[in-house]
Amino acid sequence: MSDKKTKYQEVAYYPGCALEGGGHAYNRSTKALGKKLGLKLKEVENWNCCGAMEVKNIDPKIQTYLSSRVMSIAANKMGMDTVMAPCNGCYHNLKKAEYDLANDEASVEVVDRISKKSGHETYQAGQVETIHALDWVKDTIGEEGLKERVKNSLKDVKVANYYGCMYTRPRHIFPEKDQGPGSESTSKPHFMDDLLEAAGAENVEFPLKTACCGGAHTLSDSDTSTRLVVNILQAAEASGAEVIATECPTCHSGLEMHQIRAESTLGIKTNVKIIYFTQLLGMAMGLKPKEVGLHENVSDSFDFVKEKGLA
Amino acid sequence: MRTIAEIGQRLDALAAAEPVSASAAEYLLLGEEVLEHWVSARGMEPTQEEKEGFRLLALHRQGADKLPSFNACRETCRELAYHYNLLTGQPDHPEAGQRARMMGLVANHLFYFVSGKMETEELGEFCCSSRSVRETVDAGLS
Repeated sequence: MSDKKTKYQEVAYYPGCALEGGGHAYNRSTKALGKKLGLKLKEVENWNCCGAMEVKNIDPKIQTYLSSRVMSIAANKMGMDTVMAPCNGCYHNLKKAEYDLANDEASVEVVDRISKKSGHETYQAGQVETIHALDWVKDTIGEEGLKERVKNSLKDVKVANYYGCMYTRPRHIFPEKDQGPGSESTSKPHFMDDLLEAAGAENVEFPLKTACCGGAHTLSDSDTSTRLVVNILQAAEASGAEVIATECPTCHSGLEMHQIRAESTLGIKTNVKIIYFTQLLGMAMGLKPKEVGLHENVSDSFDFVKEKGLA
Repeated sequence: MRTIAEIGQRLDALAAAEPVSASAAEYLLLGEEVLEHWVSARGMEPTQEEKEGFRLLALHRQGADKLPSFNACRETCRELAYHYNLLTGQPDHPEAGQRARMMGLVANHLFYFVSGKMETEELGEFCCSSRSVRETVDAGLS
């Protein structure tokens, strides 16, 4: 067994706020998939906001502190060495905090001061490793393990894998990526492609895997976000995809909401389904659509999954 | 140089036509023009240099100078260059039409991102390359 395979069997789970709100389907499907695969999640006790995105843009050192508190609880209170964050925003922020604390003395000083004031141990860089849900499944079960466990193959499901921006950018906060064969790529990420293909899916060539969707500007500049999203949806359809697989609640909600908005404001209708990769993998492993929270998605994919033999 | 609106109209016209390999050079040129607008708007002279054989990539690097949020379109530019290579290297490939169509959508994305950013410069900053507002305020005070 590889080190990671052993280490990630039980991880501290940091769902973050989006997974308790609009992204609850991702929360439900991540937990259900983990249970189905025999992996253990211990939710970080009394977790707080990671600082995405508003705090980070007002004062990044406060964001570093907020993220460090989550890692401090995992390490110092729970005795865990790995934090798994399925949300790209949380994952990104914890990685950024780790980088700041390893490289910036001013951040260390601020985090130490606020931690003492708040009455908890200061997080020290390197105490935990932050991973994404994609790393978690890839490094524990892997493609071969998934193939062995498939109950309902994703055969004939054509998928465009959309990773969004925060999973790979900026590159310097992800030192484990771009390390050659077996590692994730920041320019052409492939972990989600690998996992879904192992479950039988047919991945399409999709050139906008990490393209900007307008993200947090969805409220302040909705029209730009809608145009960016509808272009992503149209590119997925033009690639032959029936489904866009997502691994971030912000991306997922943005794609769903602007798919609807594009129809009403631009008169552009797209039919591509938007489904979390954990939902697709969960159904492939034999979980029912409701067990992976398909009913919690904004878009309705029930007929589609039924047609594909996944329900 | 065409206006941003004219570039958008030309992209729409190309998207409405039959996608063909021959469009690759024009899509690349349209991408360069989009970036020229961005670079000019930042008060710089658009570079004539090339990076990895593409002026497009050199323009992107110039546009992202001291502005990490512009890296939000880095991969989009690279995809545009990649599709140009595919189409010019194998103009008669059976999937050339499909490749040209995808190149058009990639060019569209660059256009939407940059034109959106010219209206709201912070586009992209909240997500992958955040910049501290506090740092800006502090810089103004010092």
